[in-house]
Amino acid sequence: MRPKQGLEIDGFTLGEKLHTGGFATIWDVTHPDHALPMVMKVPTILDGDDGPTIVGFEVEQMIMPRLTGPHVPRVIGIGGFDQMPYIVTEKIEGGSFLKTFQQAPLPLSDLIEIIARMVQAVTDLHRQHVIHLDLKPENFLQRKTGEMVLVDFGLSRHDHLPDLLAEEFHIPMGTYPYIAPEQYLRCRDDARSDIFALGAMTYALATGKLPFGQPEKLRGVRRRLWRDPVPPRAIRPEMPEWLQEIILKALEVDPMRRTQTAAQMAFDLAHPGQVTLTRRARKLRQDGAWMVFDRWRVMRKLKRFRAPDSVAGHLASVPIIVVAVDLGPEGEKLAEALRAQVRRMLVVEPDARIACVNVIKTARLGIDQMTDDQGRNLHVLRLVQLKDWAAGFGLPEERLTFSVLEGPDPGQAILDFATQNHVDHILMGARGHSTARRYLGSVSAQVVAEAHCSVTVVRLPERREEAPAPADPEAADEASTGALVS
Amino acid sequence: MKFAVLTDIHGNREALEAVLSDARARGTERFVVLGDIVGYGPDPEWCTDRVAALVAEGAISIRGNHDNAAAGAPEVMSTNARLAMDWTRPRLSPAQREFLSGLPMAAEEGEVLFVHASANGPADWNYVTSDTKARPSFRAVQARVILCGHVHVPLLVSCDRAGVVREQSFRTGLPVPLIRSRRWLAVVGAVGQPRDGVPQAGYALLDTGTDELTFRRVPYDAAATAAKVRAAGLPEELALRLIRGV
Repeated sequence: MRPKQGLEIDGFTLGEKLHTGGFATIWDVTHPDHALPMVMKVPTILDGDDGPTIVGFEVEQMIMPRLTGPHVPRVIGIGGFDQMPYIVTEKIEGGSFLKTFQQAPLPLSDLIEIIARMVQAVTDLHRQHVIHLDLKPENFLQRKTGEMVLVDFGLSRHDHLPDLLAEEFHIPMGTYPYIAPEQYLRCRDDARSDIFALGAMTYALATGKLPFGQPEKLRGVRRRLWRDPVPPRAIRPEMPEWLQEIILKALEVDPMRRTQTAAQMAFDLAHPGQVTLTRRARKLRQDGAWMVFDRWRVMRKLKRFRAPDSVAGHLASVPIIVVAVDLGPEGEKLAEALRAQVRRMLVVEPDARIACVNVIKTARLGIDQMTDDQGRNLHVLRLVQLKDWAAGFGLPEERLTFSVLEGPDPGQAILDFATQNHVDHILMGARGHSTARRYLGSVSAQVVAEAHCSVTVVRLPERREEAPAPADPEAADEASTGALVS
Repeated sequence: MKFAVLTDIHGNREALEAVLSDARARGTERFVVLGDIVGYGPDPEWCTDRVAALVAEGAISIRGNHDNAAAGAPEVMSTNARLAMDWTRPRLSPAQREFLSGLPMAAEEGEVLFVHASANGPADWNYVTSDTKARPSFRAVQARVILCGHVHVPLLVSCDRAGVVREQSFRTGLPVPLIRSRRWLAVVGAVGQPRDGVPQAGYALLDTGTDELTFRRVPYDAAATAAKVRAAGLPEELALRLIRGV
């Protein structure tokens, strides 16, 4: 059976053909039971040996129904090879980002906004144990509500499922301008390959040029193992150093030296002032011939880079931990306990990134007492205090960030920060328990109850004068020195 | 239908109990036992009765080479297996032996074939240890899914539309979609004597509604079973392999 307009299959009626790609055609479809706009993707299977297309389609059929959330299209129906293979999904009206890319270089503010949303989508995908492995402008669509949607999972790797592509083909798979060095070396298990592609796309959006050109042969892909791209600021001098740092860090050849997770890349894009500038940020020309030659000597013999055991394991090993620091007099008593807890966590998770936050509580209604000037001064003062608070951790600058948040509801401010930045763990102190707090509620209790990630609450041990157990069972809970809640 | 597929119980009561309770907790609707209920282990009578009770409740049970031997058939066996069989055989009642010898060599349920060893020669007791060894099974039968035991090491193999047979990786405890464009063969692991270096009891859940197969491992008190092996005077090696899972 071949797809054509008017064809009926499993209740779906094919409408207009929307797109003809190398491996598939996309059709408008309708179904009496489904009112939403839908599209059907039908692989173009040539007669005879068409292994890659078939396996790619099998991979999509395996992975897509297991994905959820706004950053992937919802699957409505799947057809097998017995009649005509297809996948029907909701239609994403916004179209692909190819057009946007053709307009590059973009104004910096647009670019940062777009990349941040692309990174958001990839963060969500990685959290669902999937590495896309073929990120390119065509594979990002946009919802009317603004969220980016990833499509085309034919080369993807679901960490929990058999990898049908692993042993099947002996050439690296991906799209040459965006493919990561380890992907060239046939590794399909490293989520950081997607970071590389994001870096290449950011480069392209920012400069209007592809960082490694448009190689047509595999040999041309291999060059990126030793040849660094022209620094974006050499093409676009007004680009800030921090953005070049983000781009070139995402394009690091060795995955170990690259930005480790999409969540971290998102964090950097959202906090440009916190990006640690290295040699990468400042360079204005490609590395010299000798340096490239040295790299070539090493890289030409390289068989593979070390890949993490699993996507989830990798994400867990490089978490973003938020430490909510109370700089007031009450918080001082807790400071050492909180710092000790951070140090303990760094033993277990040595590659964690620590985001120290402090909340300035603002009035719920009306104009704040502070004038603008005073407000700014307070902000700066808190930032300085926060840095001082964290001085003893001995973490490299790039793994320690500081944010002063403002809001009428400190708990909510911490929760919002955690959600926006894909935080993995919140660490905070709980102050003593007065009667007032019992009735008014505490910040830590609110965060524990509403956070989407693990929360560790640090409390100072309290000396109990009276032996008898408290009548209130809640009070007994609170007496523990620390409670781990997940 | 949610099947729990068990194989190679080998008289290990503790492992069988642990697996049955794990499978029940996961919504099993029907049990399948792919043979080798007895042999090696110290509780052949209890395990035989337990499986017979499952069969009475609607379970499928297939005959394995050790069941065959226990019922009196001459089977070629390793020294330890023979010593254990000589110990096992006289302990079984005539009714238990009759139950074992009456078990079928294979069973088909929809598009799924259950067999103890290979599908191409169930009575030859071939070991399906690799994709190469699985190829004849795909050729011999039409079934889309073939589930077997005998090897004591879990294995998953797919056969694609072009007939290419390839081993596939899987993660224990996580469902594998047996996509309909391929045929699949799985060795579900051993309940009572795992040999893949993991001493936990192994079995698999097959959901024919969602076409998903989940390999599971369940911890059990292997030390208690090993102590029984020793107390029964069975070869020490049989006790040690329970602890080590090899």
